[in-house]
Amino acid sequence: MKYILSLFTLLVVCEAAFGECLTRGTGDMGIIVERATGSLQVVDTSAHKSLFQITGLGDLSHASAVYSRDERYAYIFGRDGGLTKVDILCGRIVKRVIQGGNSIGGAISQDGRLIAVSNYEPGGVKIFSADDLSLVADIPSTRISDDKGSKTVGLVDAPGQRFVVSLYDTGEIWIIDMTNPKRLEIQRFKHIGRLPYDGLITPDGRFYIAGLFGEDGLALLDLWHPDRGVVRILDHYGRGEQKLPVYKMPHLEGWAMAGDLAFLPAVGRHEVLVVRRGDWKEVGRIPVHSQPVFVMARPDGHQIWVNFAFPDNDTVQVINTETLRVVKTLNTGKGTLHMEFTPRGEEVWLSVRDKDEIQVYNTRTLRQTHRLPAEKPSGIFFTARAHQTGL
Amino acid sequence: MRTIVSSLLLIVLMITAVTVTAAEITPERQAELIYLLRQDCGSCHGMRLSGGLGPALLPERLRLWEVNQLAATILQGRPGTPMPPWRPFLTQQEAVWLATQLKQGIQP
Ligand code: HEC
Repeated sequence: MKYILSLFTLLVVCEAAFGECLTRGTGDMGIIVERATGSLQVVDTSAHKSLFQITGLGDLSHASAVYSRDERYAYIFGRDGGLTKVDILCGRIVKRVIQGGNSIGGAISQDGRLIAVSNYEPGGVKIFSADDLSLVADIPSTRISDDKGSKTVGLVDAPGQRFVVSLYDTGEIWIIDMTNPKRLEIQRFKHIGRLPYDGLITPDGRFYIAGLFGEDGLALLDLWHPDRGVVRILDHYGRGEQKLPVYKMPHLEGWAMAGDLAFLPAVGRHEVLVVRRGDWKEVGRIPVHSQPVFVMARPDGHQIWVNFAFPDNDTVQVINTETLRVVKTLNTGKGTLHMEFTPRGEEVWLSVRDKDEIQVYNTRTLRQTHRLPAEKPSGIFFTARAHQTGL
Repeated sequence: MRTIVSSLLLIVLMITAVTVTAAEITPERQAELIYLLRQDCGSCHGMRLSGGLGPALLPERLRLWEVNQLAATILQGRPGTPMPPWRPFLTQQEAVWLATQLKQGIQP
């Protein structure tokens, strides 16, 4: 019996090790996180089909991913502190490490050699070799008790082999310079505002913005001139108004820009904020269906797609960036958690958790064109992210 | 003495409250609540409740809280933190039931 078992294991291992790999480009590929089952699907965005399902990635609630610059490997950051390197051409895990207690997201360095992970527990940033996931640097955050550091959020890569991260509990922004990994340098900005909950960087890598949960406005850092310090923008916003309770934290992922207008989710309000890049003044507020979670621009900047927090997460709205009006309200289904555009934006893929499916929409007709089955899908990440700062 | 009697009374009341509650929540609603716990509470507390932006909600960590205190936190939220009030979506009984589940620990 034991014999048969080990033979069986051997077979399984062989199967995994020598399974067929694809010979193709990866530019029209992506991954879909199936958070309940701790698995991924590798998809082909041209054929609208699933290529592989990969299991064994642990707790993937809130998982996110970045890509190697050759667009072959995806690095997945899981809730259980797992960092997994996946080969999307072969549909298998190359390496998996449990790097911390509880992680939330990560970034890949400008040169593609380093993977940074931000951790809630024990609080801090760890930096790994993108090659073999060996530890390069362990950077604890500011202590808030004997055994606990501030949670780190909004970790992004920035030009100059830097990472930028916000500290939730202590209200800081740090620039970590990894030019020389053995002697990394950290520039700390304190008192940037209460409870930064996420951060983003402009596609050109110049401005880092942290959203604040504990007070009005956002914290802005000009990475061309860090010496000028962190300034508060939109701080008049919502003054004196009562915020609604927030049932899901908004995400500042990517940077929804159209010309020089930027679109941001308002915290605790049924609005999308419109800000002018440069003077960072508010240009308008667009009333929307509910509290926005993701506010994402179609790559050409002509449309903004918005999804919403519980209990209104069954709806997606499309905003025209010229008229600043909602032009379409789609009823996609409960648990519409994430959206991803194809590289040039002719399609958007939505994950609809409670229907266990991915829905694909044509962004011109705003009609659904395809559906793919997926187990409680959440994040969708296409390989085009490999070449975008901050994604 | 009086305090002992009244706390005993309170405990008895609490126990009956809990059992009555469990009896009144239908299995379908219980399933919905567990789903809510994993998915929607999970977006801040982690799908396995092992913590995220919000703290872990595992029995070990919640040992020091009474069911009623937890239920009150769930219904009222914690002003000044991201923990929102769930009163619009949960009854008192449902919150007590959820708090009881949390203290017992639900299967991952
Ligand atoms: C938007 C984020 C968010 C959501 C969603 C959320 N929580 Fe919380 N919760 C928090 C935060 C943050 C705290 C910690 C508050 C503090 O600092 O005292 C917390 C605290 C708690 C506590 C107290 C635990 C302790 O040790 O202090 C309980 C119990 C709790 N939440 C239950 C729930 C339940 C049940 C749900 C779903 C019905 C839920 N939470 C949904 C953010 C959230």
